Amino acid sequence: VTVTYDGVAKGTELPARSYRVTRLDLVKYAGASGDFNVIHWSDRAARAVGLPSVIAHGMYTMAQAGQFVTEWAGGDPGAVTDFGVNFSAMVPVPDDTPPSGNTGGATIEFSGKVLDKLGDNKVTVDIVAKADGAKVLTRARATVRLP
Amino acid sequence: MALNPEFVGRVYGPGAPYEVSRVKIADFADAIGEPSELCRDRDAAVKAGYPDVIAPPTFAVVISMHAADEANNDPGLGLDYSMVVHGQQSFSHSRPLHAGDVVVATTTIESIKSVGTMSMLVTSTDIVTAAGEHVCTAKSMLVERRADA
Repeated sequence: VTVTYDGVAKGTELPARSYRVTRLDLVKYAGASGDFNVIHWSDRAARAVGLPSVIAHGMYTMAQAGQFVTEWAGGDPGAVTDFGVNFSAMVPVPDDTPPSGNTGGATIEFSGKVLDKLGDNKVTVDIVAKADGAKVLTRARATVRLP
Repeated sequence: MALNPEFVGRVYGPGAPYEVSRVKIADFADAIGEPSELCRDRDAAVKAGYPDVIAPPTFAVVISMHAADEANNDPGLGLDYSMVVHGQQSFSHSRPLHAGDVVVATTTIESIKSVGTMSMLVTSTDIVTAAGEHVCTAKSMLVERRADA
């Protein structure tokens, strides 16, 4: 189903999606973004500052939220113009590397709805992101151009 | 010790020009799981109306974080990075960054607030082309938790 500007209204919901996050994802994100903060790859360092384990980069979660909106809006990452979030809870990513198998990792669940139609084919979307029941983003808003 | 409020309004940069490359965009898209061919295939991007492959919206953090670090690491500001968490982030794009862009970034310290043992530092980074065209403004709020406040 292709979403169009004329086909959505205030309140239209985005289909919910969930994304799995593993340690490998965080390592790749660290390399690609240049954010090598030790709490995103060392359990020992994370625990030393009171965290339960390595946590995901907030910007990794924000990037997933951006992708969630982009995918709904037709797949063009350039369609998202304004995008802002508050980081309200951390996303612990328990160790999933061998030999612990697939018991680790984390899942971020996204849902959202159209908050406003702005004209010029642009809408504002409100995004809800949850991990382990906690809201990890608040006031997560993206302005996106629809076909 | 709280953050030095006299640093509000200070401007850092512009730093050295940053050249946006196809490989870096593709690596970033891979890392965040963005599947769009517009981030990888120049012909597809051109067909969609872009000059070259485009970056996902949060790619701008690669440039803005590096630029804002110049402010965050200013010794006179007094930020203890080991006690920092990312509180807010926003991007306002005039257009997507694309491969071949050569941009410079300038960071302004917008506000410093201290509430109890917490300090909030807001920086705003403007990313513009060498020719002066605005591409993106990235705002970041860092929260510093103080053990010794």
